[in-house]
Amino acid sequence: MNSIQKNRLKDQLFKFWGIACTLIGLVLLVIFIGGILVDGLSRIDWAFITDLPSRKPEKSGIWTPLMGSIWILVLTAIISFPISVAAGVYLEEYAKKNRLSALLEINISNLAGVPSIIYGLLGLEVFVRIMNLGASVLAGALTLSLLILPIIIVATREAIKAVPSSIRDASYALGASKWQTIWNQILPASSGGILTGIILALSRAVGETAPLIVVGALAYVPFAPQGPLDQFSVLPIQIFNWISRPQQGFIDNAAAAIIILLLITFIMNGIAVYFRNKWQKKLQ
Amino acid sequence: MKKLVIMMSLALVIGACGNKKEQKDAGSETVMLTGSISIDGSSTVFPVTEAVAEEFRAVQPNVKVTIGVSGTGGGFQKFSRGETNISNASRPIKDKEIEACAENNITYLGLEVAYDGLAVVVNPGNTWVDSFTVEELKKIWEPAAQGKIMKWNQIRPEWPNEEIHLYGPGTASGTFDYFTEAINGKSGSSRGDYTASEDDHVLVQGISGDKYGLGFFGLAYFEESKDKLKLIGVHNGKEVVLPTLETVGNGTYSPLSRPLFVYVNSSSMKHPEVIEFVNFYLDNAGELSEDVGYISLPAELYAKQKENFKAFVEKNK
Repeated sequence: MNSIQKNRLKDQLFKFWGIACTLIGLVLLVIFIGGILVDGLSRIDWAFITDLPSRKPEKSGIWTPLMGSIWILVLTAIISFPISVAAGVYLEEYAKKNRLSALLEINISNLAGVPSIIYGLLGLEVFVRIMNLGASVLAGALTLSLLILPIIIVATREAIKAVPSSIRDASYALGASKWQTIWNQILPASSGGILTGIILALSRAVGETAPLIVVGALAYVPFAPQGPLDQFSVLPIQIFNWISRPQQGFIDNAAAAIIILLLITFIMNGIAVYFRNKWQKKLQ
Repeated sequence: MKKLVIMMSLALVIGACGNKKEQKDAGSETVMLTGSISIDGSSTVFPVTEAVAEEFRAVQPNVKVTIGVSGTGGGFQKFSRGETNISNASRPIKDKEIEACAENNITYLGLEVAYDGLAVVVNPGNTWVDSFTVEELKKIWEPAAQGKIMKWNQIRPEWPNEEIHLYGPGTASGTFDYFTEAINGKSGSSRGDYTASEDDHVLVQGISGDKYGLGFFGLAYFEESKDKLKLIGVHNGKEVVLPTLETVGNGTYSPLSRPLFVYVNSSSMKHPEVIEFVNFYLDNAGELSEDVGYISLPAELYAKQKENFKAFVEKNK
């Protein structure tokens, strides 16, 4: 075997190794989702969506945790969007390259790695107790907003960085001010990337359990939230609660609720992909 | 057993007849109650309270009952701050928690609502074990056993010279606290080299696939997987007893049966909806606890608790 053959062999081996690595993740995911579908699909009907929790698995539904999750999702989006985009624009467009901005940058990257339960403890102390919001939807949404802020800030900065400098230069050349350039050129051009970041961050938030349990989300709530100060439950907590029950019926319910939760995240990720593609085309 | 059922239903009928007038009177003056009741605490007690809340909703649809699962300790923490009306607990309140309540001027009443049995189980392929004594269980599970008691024949010489594989709930669970207290004498003291899981289904699966496995968890989990496991009786000092509805209910399955509690804040006695809820709880806990896999108290114990509660209401009105 000469050295060319040897190198080709290595190349082939590495290729198959790569395929195997890719497949591991996919196969496990397929097995997991397959199992969930087998257990849960037959359980999903309209009544399962609209019923209240019950001690009888076949009578239980996910109405209140589903509504709780949607409330949390919408409020978290409303709270985190303006704050994190403004922070991203500041860091990318206004902040001077000095020690302060370096410190800010390091801290934001660090925040992205803080375990979510720590945010829960922070939320419990600041929002639930000091701001006296109680174990409300608003307190939960504020906590999750903190959790996803760093993710959206980073996404916003990346999106702004990707805007070609020719657009910026052209805007300045026509006499636009900095604010006009950002508002009329940079933000619209980067909106696809920013939206992608927000949606991906939100689909992480919708699956969070630990911080919400700490903040005081409940396991049994027989009414959907009517306002931001109402108590609430969310889908992951309902799933966790059902999984730990001895009766097989509840395990099936959990599988069915997991399908609904997966559906929500898939739809959100789908929207994110759609925006990304649209944005890429526009820039070309 | 049949006799008992007949007697109980008779008593119910008579009781119902006697109450009719009172109920009518009560019905004419108390309209539908409103308000909210906030409950938190043990996830073990949660299914019972959830069942009660579900049925209560049919009677008083305008009372908003919410239940959290912060665990017994987490529940008492909120209870002692006055944040909840009722606390679910899978063990009696601890001294520290009593102090915390006293600091915030919170007085309360503890009520037993159901029993839970802990099942000690092995694999169905295990032909040698027919019972354990408490001493044997202690020998297996105590902290000193770690790394030492590794084979079945170390417990009884006639058992096989094979490794013993232990399965049990994780340290955060109330079941773990209870088992260690009942067997090892101190809550939380246990050997650490066993397969631990917070999810009891994992333990069921582990033992059902391991001929030399041994483990413990809530009786309801055994009831769901009877065909995959073998239940082992425990010697209570007089005889070997298997945990069943009857032996857990009458206390002969000792020491591995435990009462489940709810604690009621006295300042909530100014709210009629909480009083109504607790009375409803005590009236229905027997039937509903069996619905969700636990074991009801004897009828006279519920009656006694109702009296206690009545006195408590009078005192705090």
